[in-house]
Amino acid sequence: MSSPHRELGLTDSEFDLICQKLGREPNGVELAMFSLLWSEHCAYKHSRKLLRRLPTEGERVVMGPGENAGAVDVGNGYAVAFKVESHNHPSAVEPFQGAATGVGGILRDVFALGARPIAILDSLRFGELDSLRSRHLLDGAVRGIGHYGNSIGVPTVGGEIYFEAPYEHNCLVNAMCVGLAKTDDMVRAAAAGVGNAVVLMGASTGRDGIGGASVLASAELGEGDEAKRPTVQIGDPFEESKVLECCLELLGKGLLVSLQDLGAAGLTSSASEMASAGGVGIEIDVARVPLREPDMEPFEIMVSESQERMLAVVEPGRVDEVIAVCEKWQTGAAEIGSVTDDGLVKVQREGEVVGEMPVGALVDGCPLYDLEPAEPAGWIYGNRETLAPQASPEETLLALLASPSIASKRWVFEQYDSIVGSRTARRPESADAAVLAIPEADTAIAIAIDGNGRRVACDPYAGTVEAVLECAQNLACAGAEPLGLTNCLNFGNPEKPAPAWQLDRSVQGLADACNALGVPVVGGNVSLYNEGPEGPIYPTPVVGMVGELPDPGLAAPSAFAAEGDAIALLGPFEPTLEGTELAKQRGELDAGLPQPDVAAVAAACATIRKAVRAGALASAHDVSDGGLACALAECAIGAGLGCQADLQHLRERGCSPQEALFGEGPGGFVISGEREKLEALASDGVAVLYLGRVGGDTIEIAAGDRSISLSLADAESAWRSLGERLDD
Amino acid sequence: MRWGVVQFPGSCDERDALHACELSGGEARLVWHEERDLAGIDAVVVPGGFSYGDYLRAGAIARFSPAMGAVAEFAAAGGPVLGICNGFQVLCEAGLLPGALLVNESMRFACRQLELHVEGSGERLSIPAKHGEGRYWAPEQVLDELEAKGQVAFRYAPGQNPNGSARDIAGVRSEAGNVLGLMPHPEHAVDAMTGSTDGLRVFEAVAGAAI
Amino acid sequence: MARARARVLIRPKEGILDPQGKAVERALPALGFEGVGHVRVGRMVELEAEDPARIPELCEKLLANPLIEDFEIESIDGA
Repeated sequence: MSSPHRELGLTDSEFDLICQKLGREPNGVELAMFSLLWSEHCAYKHSRKLLRRLPTEGERVVMGPGENAGAVDVGNGYAVAFKVESHNHPSAVEPFQGAATGVGGILRDVFALGARPIAILDSLRFGELDSLRSRHLLDGAVRGIGHYGNSIGVPTVGGEIYFEAPYEHNCLVNAMCVGLAKTDDMVRAAAAGVGNAVVLMGASTGRDGIGGASVLASAELGEGDEAKRPTVQIGDPFEESKVLECCLELLGKGLLVSLQDLGAAGLTSSASEMASAGGVGIEIDVARVPLREPDMEPFEIMVSESQERMLAVVEPGRVDEVIAVCEKWQTGAAEIGSVTDDGLVKVQREGEVVGEMPVGALVDGCPLYDLEPAEPAGWIYGNRETLAPQASPEETLLALLASPSIASKRWVFEQYDSIVGSRTARRPESADAAVLAIPEADTAIAIAIDGNGRRVACDPYAGTVEAVLECAQNLACAGAEPLGLTNCLNFGNPEKPAPAWQLDRSVQGLADACNALGVPVVGGNVSLYNEGPEGPIYPTPVVGMVGELPDPGLAAPSAFAAEGDAIALLGPFEPTLEGTELAKQRGELDAGLPQPDVAAVAAACATIRKAVRAGALASAHDVSDGGLACALAECAIGAGLGCQADLQHLRERGCSPQEALFGEGPGGFVISGEREKLEALASDGVAVLYLGRVGGDTIEIAAGDRSISLSLADAESAWRSLGERLDD
Repeated sequence: MRWGVVQFPGSCDERDALHACELSGGEARLVWHEERDLAGIDAVVVPGGFSYGDYLRAGAIARFSPAMGAVAEFAAAGGPVLGICNGFQVLCEAGLLPGALLVNESMRFACRQLELHVEGSGERLSIPAKHGEGRYWAPEQVLDELEAKGQVAFRYAPGQNPNGSARDIAGVRSEAGNVLGLMPHPEHAVDAMTGSTDGLRVFEAVAGAAI
Repeated sequence: MARARARVLIRPKEGILDPQGKAVERALPALGFEGVGHVRVGRMVELEAEDPARIPELCEKLLANPLIEDFEIESIDGA
């Protein structure tokens, strides 16, 4: 006789522990519920201990980790809520619905707090574009994100996309949502008030995603995942738009005691987590759950991941009013249970108890595991040469600009509505961060989402620190001061030594960088077991940051502004070739990265921020993928103006011509404007190197014996080539 | 000047339209799709979005709402009606404007700033468009009639047609002239901070017709 | 009360550009299907009606847009 618990993803010792906690063996309903809540995806078994290292407090923090999303105070009685979440495994199986429901899920996390979603950003990673599978996944994911975000009327204002071979089998789809709420109106998830009613709102419950959490998200994808298609959830943004308006109206009228969205593990997780947070018990009668399919069993009803559903706790006398508001918005509502004081999650069907477990056992009883990390000997990911060693500097720059990870993503972001809501002051590709006006609070926010799996693979600690710095730099270019950070940790199998080491070092880097910058982590997500037959993905911590700025109109554009403007490089930029896009194309990737100087980069960010707020810069763009040559080219192409730059002063820091042109690393800002104003920004801790001038129709960059002379037209053609490639 | 902006389940740009109406002068309120009474309203806006999820066909379900019944009467009596994007689709489905909006030729949603040519005055307006089903179509002879009667209100500037619309048509008006529909979004071109302010001209023109 | 089941097929009218149909048609040879043309992509609606006589009206008014679409009613069982 097979072990059902093993088929559901529980180990023998976990099963024994469940039996111990129940004082008996679990029945079918209970086993299904435990298997989901004790899965990696829900319980964070291998990561929870590590996450305790992250700083989560700060004077602007309104909601920290543990709530549906994090939130920071932006003044005038308003708070901005935000979080990033992954939907990797479902997207690898069915990219359109996987990405769409990923967006749907993160939207619900934000409006479950009572915050109206005002922006979406997405971070996507696929295999190289010459693979049909990657084309298919990219196309599906972009259409899915567009479909959901556009239909529900929340603008998608930014994001990033990378193409690297280690993501071929395991794509990454991380969706971030930002919302706005009056601080006093925000609501927590904790169920409260013994005797209060539990009301299920939104779509009816079907068999979507049954077993999704444990079957898909807690195991490596292997052969035969086609058969997992029935467990993929189907999203309906129209339903969600009705649920959203309904919930915000209910909260505005003070009709809800608490609110929680239904995500992974459906009713099981929301009901149990609400009860746990409130220190109460909860009982659910599955016969009262509105069903889409006939003859659903109690366990199916409890673990269904049908989308667009919310769970609320309501005082008994107000249930009728709640149902009336739901009817107005043409969305479902049913009273399905109540809050109790017995500390149990009790599942009934028409009076008969079909499952009964202590809340503590379900939500907090899962064992937490220590990792057994071991640093691998060297580079474990392979190399592929796509650029000949004898390529000229021009050919090299063109190859970098045309590389799908660097090239313009216009083909992608034009499929997203980036302007609905009338807040978007900086649309995609116009500035280094998205900028949204918050006139209600007389302020504005900037949002960035960044990560570089390849560099984290070179050095998980330094690479992760760099990701945090990249976000801070992008925000600085918009004139924004970071308020809080959310992160999605996408890693391989934590039970294997190398990915375990990567995760451990990465979380340490994240903690140290956040502490050094004084930016609290207000929430996040972990996605493990991203491994295929060829091995793990690049370790990919994705960082989302929200900052505030007083005047959105002053957020600096990335591209040069005017002929004749001076160009300078500000900051402690010390480029090397390790982990660069160039090293990748040369097939020379290897372990190792220089250790970043966080304090020096922070000082540069502060200088840029102040300069942008004072209107002293015509443009500001941080140097990242492809190095300084790419950054200069991007500034030129965006402006339709060439430039003449000499990198001699940068070389005086000890880098070779090649490193000066194409080396990467944190701490570099390309700024333009009046020369005196740029040079006046230099101080003890912040260097400013004059590079040259904006003008003409060629890109000229001198770097010792390697200089570049390229027509603006050719550079633009390379940088815009991704769209043509994808249209074929 | 009192504007009424119709709101369906799934409308997205109704608040943006409300704000644009107020900026152009006057008061504006939302008209819930179940309301039948447009008393006191001088001009109606049917806004953009995904009413009823665009299910079946964009605008196909919204056009049967009680509010649209009232809008049809309002239009028949000569009241000015402005349909934007999904609103344009609703007006075509309701027969208040000729033609139909089909899926973009590229089969992809496209959000981009465009130049519109105002027929008649020759003005150029910079206005964003964002839609997946905006390809204007009508039988050839209907298109010929529209041209002959001056019912083509806006065209995409040469080279800027984002969806394959016949004859680059971006917006049309009814024969009587009081009903106007366009795919681009003038309500997203009313604030220099978020883009151009050319969209205000469209609201002013409709308000002018109301007086 | 007897309920008639019907299936309504809705397709874009001849002469109207159907980019979905074209895309499907263009993709077929690469998959090994030669000699396939004239592909049109439409919609199918299934319903049950107590009064099957009203189904054509329902199709004209809502399910299809007669300006740009043709429709065909198939009855599965019932009237």
